[in-house]
Amino acid sequence: MKAIGIILAGGNNDGRLGALTDHRAAAALPIGSCYRAIDFTLSNMSSSGIGKVAVLTQFNSRSLRDHLMSSKWWDFGRKQGGLFVFTPYTSKEGSTWFRGTADSIYQNMTFLKRSNEEYVVITSGDSIYKMDYKKVIKEHVAKGADITVVYQNMAGKDLSKFGVMEVAEDGRLMGFEEKPAQPKSENASLGIYVISRTLLINLLEQAIPEGKYDLVKDIIIRFIPTLKIYGYEYNGYWNSVGAGTAAYFAANMDFLNKEVRDHFVSEYPYIATKPKDEPPAKFNRGADVKDTITGSGSIFDGKVEHCVVFRKVRVGVGAVVKNSILMEGVQIGEGCVVENAILDKDVVLSAGQKVIGASVEEPAVLKKGTVL
Amino acid sequence: MRKKEMIAMLLAGGQGSRLGVLTRKVAKPAVAYGGRYRIIDFPLSNCINSGVDTVGVLTQYQPLRLNQHIGIGIPWDLDKKNGGVTILAPHVKVGDSGEWFNGTANAIYQNIDFIDNNDPEYVVILSGDHIYKMDYSEMLKFHKEKGAAATIAVMEVPMDEASRFGIMNTEEGDKIYEFEEKPANPKSNLASMGIYIFTWDRLREALIEDNSIHPDSDFGKHIIPKMLEEGQPMYAWRFQGYWKDVGTIQSYWESNMDLIRTLPEFDLYEDFWKIYTNSDHQPPQYTAADAKVEESLLSDGCEVYGEVYSSILGPGVIVEKGAVVKDSIIMAGTVIGEGSLVDKCVIDEKCKIGKNVQMGVGEDVPNELKPAIYNTGITVMGMNSIVPDGVVMGKNCVISGATVAADYPDGKLASGKSVIREV
Repeated sequence: MKAIGIILAGGNNDGRLGALTDHRAAAALPIGSCYRAIDFTLSNMSSSGIGKVAVLTQFNSRSLRDHLMSSKWWDFGRKQGGLFVFTPYTSKEGSTWFRGTADSIYQNMTFLKRSNEEYVVITSGDSIYKMDYKKVIKEHVAKGADITVVYQNMAGKDLSKFGVMEVAEDGRLMGFEEKPAQPKSENASLGIYVISRTLLINLLEQAIPEGKYDLVKDIIIRFIPTLKIYGYEYNGYWNSVGAGTAAYFAANMDFLNKEVRDHFVSEYPYIATKPKDEPPAKFNRGADVKDTITGSGSIFDGKVEHCVVFRKVRVGVGAVVKNSILMEGVQIGEGCVVENAILDKDVVLSAGQKVIGASVEEPAVLKKGTVL
Repeated sequence: MRKKEMIAMLLAGGQGSRLGVLTRKVAKPAVAYGGRYRIIDFPLSNCINSGVDTVGVLTQYQPLRLNQHIGIGIPWDLDKKNGGVTILAPHVKVGDSGEWFNGTANAIYQNIDFIDNNDPEYVVILSGDHIYKMDYSEMLKFHKEKGAAATIAVMEVPMDEASRFGIMNTEEGDKIYEFEEKPANPKSNLASMGIYIFTWDRLREALIEDNSIHPDSDFGKHIIPKMLEEGQPMYAWRFQGYWKDVGTIQSYWESNMDLIRTLPEFDLYEDFWKIYTNSDHQPPQYTAADAKVEESLLSDGCEVYGEVYSSILGPGVIVEKGAVVKDSIIMAGTVIGEGSLVDKCVIDEKCKIGKNVQMGVGEDVPNELKPAIYNTGITVMGMNSIVPDGVVMGKNCVISGATVAADYPDGKLASGKSVIREV
């Protein structure tokens, strides 16, 4: 039951995250004090025994490539297999950006053709979850499915942001609507697919020359009547940082919840990330840090409450920071007040500055490198 | 194989018996320091930061943890095609001969083949006993400028403390004319740091000659005096900066505590000259809504629900609600139970302190079994130890193993007492 993996990490999610994805792919978004979003999918691949993985990138991939450069942290530094990072390229036939998710796989067809594993697991790079893909493949095989789509019951959530699936009693996919105004079910696709490698090659070779470039619309939805497509229900923790600034904020704050933290941090398999070799977090005299997670290398003198603090952050004497995300390298000067805010990497606030967002749904966002 | 200008030989085989139960299961260089580090991370990181990419690590006493920690050297970028880190253990030689490493120089003598294989011009000899950041390439530059056969790194120590060290007596240009081990009336205050650079062919010769005389050949006792006697050019290289021996419970505790000051004398937070370590993953640390943490270091994965003052917590330490930890060093994976007090203790990895335990309270009486080791008021717990709920424990106590309520009559352990359960 050997499989290869494909992680779709191309997008900046149509700018839904504003300044946060001005200069990074959604998959490279920092989360939970020390991770980037793609760490979760990469770790899932690795712990599911998938040893050969392609990451398809397009939009502003520098930070993502930097993060993935040495793939050994996810155990992908191998002679056989390992991690392949693909970007659009120029060739004799000209150059094309990836015109859609299906096209991005098609343009890297060689990766599929040169592999001999039977299955392909296709995922997005911006979801936060821990999943054993082996179980999905096992069910895929047991059902004799052509394609398996993983979904979750999201009763009570805004389904108009998801692909909504109608799934029959036996798991067969009966209908699939992208971002429906009136959803017909509560089952949302998680963007995780299992398909046989040869079938994927065939479907792509049919679709792309016809100008059909989207994996969901032009492969899944199109073939519902003719292929055996099944749903696989997943009930564990799942979140996406890519849906928008508020969703990104909430996904980070979830890590203040002990169950979420234990799930990812204390329970094996762990989520791996590129190590940064920072010393332990330091709490000086007078520091008051409550209900907060922090990365290594940060130094606290002031007051911090209900925050997600990344690595190498400095919070100065008398500063008060609440309900905020402070990314790597942020420096908060003496006496600053920060509330309901996302301070992107290397933001520097000189003494006495105030940054206050309207609410956690509409946090103030300071772009990477902003100096106030 | 490409020729290496200088390789490092790191002596990591010693027990470090003055660290008591902390070195029961691991060699001294593998003891945790500064929360997430181990002592050996400092010389190893110094090597790679100095451009020394070939390191032989000599192990002997309890090497398992050390081997796991070093692995193939990935955290230090010492996983190299040519060079990198090699663990050198005592081994059997032809005709069933072979022996333990019987002295610092003897250990190097037994690994002459390893050094010859790398064909270096110079060899730097290091130990896994000290916390410091040093650029060995600067020392090598000095060694070459002086045309020395050996260069010994020295620190200026206060004159009244000089009699505790190996002292180098020097003439003009820091040329050494005499070495005195712990002299009663020191002539100089240049203390040897146990870091030597040798021109390899000179050292090779000296090792072979001395081996036939001293089967326990030692750098301080035999090799350095011998080379001085022969009139070989030997120089003292003055090091300025933080350097701490962590050989005793008290010095180990003090050196850790040096890190928690607002402006520490020894700065781990600068991007220049980073110290690397091996950790399997680096989750965030959490301080709960009613937690209080001041003047402390929290390593990755710590969860604090109680209060922590002037302490250093290793990776994955949990301080439960209502517990108070102060002036203590708590190593990886240890859990401090609800409502417990831990005052001036060193608690090794993966220990469990029950609920409402009090440790380190009462009068300061030296330990009865080993007064020479535990005598500064610090209570020490060995790896994987357990203390049951409600125990009240004094100062200079020693706990090792899974202790149970019956080990504590009236739920008490007086200062200076020990509970050692073999595990």
